[in-house]
Amino acid sequence: MAENVLVIVEQREGKLNRVSWETIAAGQAIAALTGWTLEAAVVGSGVAAIAAEVAAKKLARVYDVESPGLKPYTPDAFVHGLREFLEKHPAALVLMPHTYQVRDFVPKLAAALQTTAISDVIGVKYEGGKLIFTRQMFQGKFVADVSFAGTGICFVTFQNGSFRADKVEAGAAAAPVETVTVEIPAGVVRNKPQEVFKEAKQAVDLTQAEIIVSVGRGIKEQKNIELAKQLADAIGGELAASRPICDSGWLPMDRQIGSSGQTVAPKLYLALGISGAIQHIVGMKGSRSIIAINKDAEAPIFEIADYAVVGNLFDIVPALIEEVKKARG
Amino acid sequence: MKQVPQKDAPLKLNEAGTWIREDVSYEVNEPDAFALEEALRQKEKHTGEVVVVTAGPARASQVLREALAKGADRAIHLEDNAFVGLDAYNTARAIAAAIKDEKFDLIFTGLQSDDYGYAQTGVILAEILGWPHATIIMHIEKNDAGIRVKRELEAGFFQYVDVPLPTVLTIQSGINKLRYATLIGIKQAKTKPMRKVTLAEVQSAIGGNLQKIEKLYVPQKSKNTEFLEGPPAEVAKKLVEKLKNELRVI
Repeated sequence: MAENVLVIVEQREGKLNRVSWETIAAGQAIAALTGWTLEAAVVGSGVAAIAAEVAAKKLARVYDVESPGLKPYTPDAFVHGLREFLEKHPAALVLMPHTYQVRDFVPKLAAALQTTAISDVIGVKYEGGKLIFTRQMFQGKFVADVSFAGTGICFVTFQNGSFRADKVEAGAAAAPVETVTVEIPAGVVRNKPQEVFKEAKQAVDLTQAEIIVSVGRGIKEQKNIELAKQLADAIGGELAASRPICDSGWLPMDRQIGSSGQTVAPKLYLALGISGAIQHIVGMKGSRSIIAINKDAEAPIFEIADYAVVGNLFDIVPALIEEVKKARG
Repeated sequence: MKQVPQKDAPLKLNEAGTWIREDVSYEVNEPDAFALEEALRQKEKHTGEVVVVTAGPARASQVLREALAKGADRAIHLEDNAFVGLDAYNTARAIAAAIKDEKFDLIFTGLQSDDYGYAQTGVILAEILGWPHATIIMHIEKNDAGIRVKRELEAGFFQYVDVPLPTVLTIQSGINKLRYATLIGIKQAKTKPMRKVTLAEVQSAIGGNLQKIEKLYVPQKSKNTEFLEGPPAEVAKKLVEKLKNELRVI
């Protein structure tokens, strides 16, 4: 197997998904550890401009994998096209961001090639000539060191925020771009996707909030949301929630933080009764400071908190509201 | 459906540091509960039969009994301790082998499991069966050619997709409201058929795991977390002091 690493950058509707820079940063880190060659590919129809943008980074080569059949995105077309491409240009390691689109086709691609995808990886180590990928398990309570035990291509997907996009090294000169045309015969694509749409106009833009007070399952009942709202009002912040709260209809969907909601990085994120499942953490771990109040001392949210309070939020929050009011006069 | 450790169960590592100690309480993987609920709702709308499948040791039959009590018609249990340690590719291959004589129109799976969190088994199963698939589904509607599903994309975007049958759907949590089993349902569940499938029956379909867990451990903290202690009023004072002087947000 060739000793090379390939990053497949993500484009949606002809636009580069910026999380791809993180994947290129991961690829550059692996190339530095192993000495392997790093290449990138963009897959779609009429995506040469994205390939050129990516080629400015420190990469040995960029492939522009083209077919009219790759637009719009379908898992059948992407798997068919990428399979054909990887047969022509084999790689030892293929890296992608752990996005909804990648989750939709990578397991199928790996299975079609009788190999595996190590998904939602948060870090990479190189020990004794072997790459070790770290990933969270049991909702973030543990981390696992995982190695590839197969002989084919190893696919790896990276959790958002695991590598820093601003750490991507630029190339001394633009990397060569090679256009590879793949064929998607009629009949390969079985699903018929309609236009992508946005459900409702987002009423609140939590990404602009400087302070966010966020509630999780620990709030227990809908009527207790009021308590969190009082704290948000007292402190001058926006109210937000983890997925289960919005699923229950206790707060509208546009107040949801996490992989299926908004990604925020406020000055202060105050987590009330949030355990810190991975899907929530990815949406708020970039916050400048995090205060967590939770009754469970083992809750994963405490791993990323700056200030932690283990205790009953129904005792602490009312006292906190009072103190904040006093302090703000 | 999968059985996983209870959400707030305190988990301990085994001595080898390769897996958790199994003497904990278990429950149904929550995303799978939404998948079952959606299957039951589709059956109620369009008639048919709901079959529930799990792979796991004897204790996992609890998940199947609960599903039967909620309205599933019969169950298939791939029963062996070894199923706990299979990677997603092998789990999907074992399930595909166990259901090869079934004639399903739709396979529903949860979005991902709360233990491994691969988010892959359903999609791999579709590939092995040669079926199309659609992921992260928020709504299902029957149409002339098959079904129309609503997929959730990121950042508040959605998309309708027409998918022919048979197909595999991975269901987004929160798509529906879960029902409780009724007393009569629990009673009826006892007489519903449960087929056991041994490891030997599916052994030829699976191989060695292609990903190996070398070590499992408690995450190293990247942050210096300061724990604030004391009675509520005192903790509140300490917090406000931090908000004012350290974080400077009030």
